[in-house]
Amino acid sequence: MASLLELSDVSLSFRGVTALNALSFAVARGEICALIGPNGAGKSSLLNVINGVYRADAGDIVFDGRRFEAIRPGKAARLGIGRTFQHNALFRRLTVRENVLAGLSRHGGASFIENVFRFGRDRQERRDFSARADRVIAFLGLDAARDRIVSTLSYGIQKRVDLARALVSEPKLLLLDEPMAGMNQDEKTEMSRIIAEVNRAFGTTIVLIEHDVGIVLGLAHHIVVLDYGRKVADGAPDAVRNDPDVIAAYLGTVH
Amino acid sequence: MTTLQDTLPDTGPAAPILSNAALLRLAVVAAGLVVAFGIVPAVATDYWLSSIIIPTVVMGLAGISLNLLQGYAGLVSLGSAAFMSVGVFSAYNLILRVPGLPLPAVLLLSGLIAAAVGVFFGLPALRFRGFYLGASTLGAQFFFPWLFTNYPWFSNDSQSLTISAPRLEFLGYDLQSPVGRYLFVATVTALLIGLAFLVVRSRLGREWMAIRDQETAASVLGIRVARRKLQAYAISSFFLGITGVLWGFAYLGTADAHTYNLDKSFQVLFIVLIGGTATIFGNFLGAAFIVLTPILLDHLVLAANIAYLSDQGAITNLQRVIFGAIIIFILIKEPDGLSAWIRRGAEALRARPKT
Repeated sequence: MASLLELSDVSLSFRGVTALNALSFAVARGEICALIGPNGAGKSSLLNVINGVYRADAGDIVFDGRRFEAIRPGKAARLGIGRTFQHNALFRRLTVRENVLAGLSRHGGASFIENVFRFGRDRQERRDFSARADRVIAFLGLDAARDRIVSTLSYGIQKRVDLARALVSEPKLLLLDEPMAGMNQDEKTEMSRIIAEVNRAFGTTIVLIEHDVGIVLGLAHHIVVLDYGRKVADGAPDAVRNDPDVIAAYLGTVH
Repeated sequence: MTTLQDTLPDTGPAAPILSNAALLRLAVVAAGLVVAFGIVPAVATDYWLSSIIIPTVVMGLAGISLNLLQGYAGLVSLGSAAFMSVGVFSAYNLILRVPGLPLPAVLLLSGLIAAAVGVFFGLPALRFRGFYLGASTLGAQFFFPWLFTNYPWFSNDSQSLTISAPRLEFLGYDLQSPVGRYLFVATVTALLIGLAFLVVRSRLGREWMAIRDQETAASVLGIRVARRKLQAYAISSFFLGITGVLWGFAYLGTADAHTYNLDKSFQVLFIVLIGGTATIFGNFLGAAFIVLTPILLDHLVLAANIAYLSDQGAITNLQRVIFGAIIIFILIKEPDGLSAWIRRGAEALRARPKT
């Protein structure tokens, strides 16, 4: 199967500090690809390059058959790249449902005049948005929290809202930045189940960052190991687990 | 895990067409209209209408205008009064130069002209945030008084550069009396409040709040941030333009460029801070505070009979100090503004056991 995402020789540095060093790898359509590596290995920077929050210094990215050197976040969203955040980036004063509805923006076709006066394309859009949002809210088990302001919810639920907000626009590629950070073991297991279910039910290609190697080995089809902005290993979970370089760079050292 | 069924309202199969919440909302709107258009004009004296109610309502509207921009979209403007002056000078010239243009059309066009100006002065929002953006909107506050003072064409070559309100009439009704001017203000205000609710409850309003809360996440989700910000300036300035016409024509009766100075812009800003951000009705509480407190302080000074203690200038300054102190006190006690009172009241009503 052709890859959905291909990075070749992508480099990024901040004022001389190298975050990504000539990184190349490919993500196949429909797979769950996990990025692992110690703190500061460049994992979040990599996600930020893929969806245009950062601009790579060199290298190029092919997404869904289109090649680009730099992309803007809005463009990435409209091409079908969804994203959750490591640190809480929800719209904290909005309700769960409003957060999820905001995730549908890339599908909105009505002008602001139509939206405000509720005529023309707004009617269809309102119905369509509402149905999609309710479906995702139900899918992620967020019904009980539907009309709650997100800042009043627990951390685990907020992480789930973040996923719902990214998932609702039915992205081709979903980037999850530490979706299980700060969760207890039960919450992690539950989130891991949800991610596998999203991948299975919608066929969404997922690239995720996660520190818990046990979870990653069980969830991912493909693992890319980063250290100091370089790729240390790339392959199926079993191959990566036994790779001596990985054990040295990541599993074996104390960070 | 809860399922969809658990959280559906228990209205059952024979659910009424309108939910209880919708009925309550309808009742509140109806009661508001009865008070605004029936009771107030029947009961209030001319002094109350002209000196207290009209300015409070118009300044509340100014607060709504700025709140759309600042409270909902998270942008800043220190040039509110400048956009009001664009509105009133546009209206004056439209009436003067396009004879027979009906009053609603004059208001609409003045609002649209102010909106276009607002978009122009909102362009820095695409590059700056916070304090720097505030400073750049000050440009409008200095440009328009200069424009209207140096080009007498705008005031029809009047010697004093002052424009006076035209005869206000609509469909043959004379709106010159205090009650007439009040009804004019109340009608326009009611329509604009309705429009404000449509705006904040639309996808546009939701995306403004998304940008306000987390701009990076908003852009990553595909929200067109730049376009939404300019639309915020457009709509806020549209409201301000119409508010400016009401202030000049229905309240003061005359206007010049300095009626709409930086002081006025700050007053509008205080209304938003005191009334509360991201609220519609809270702005009227803020406006009532801004309009009434100085009047109350005047009465207090008279009642206390302290004029012999000092000259009038010192007493006026003392009033300003007290006014400022009260503002600081409110902001410490109610950081979310006086609209927190409305919210708590509504919650208390809702919390009552259902019978």
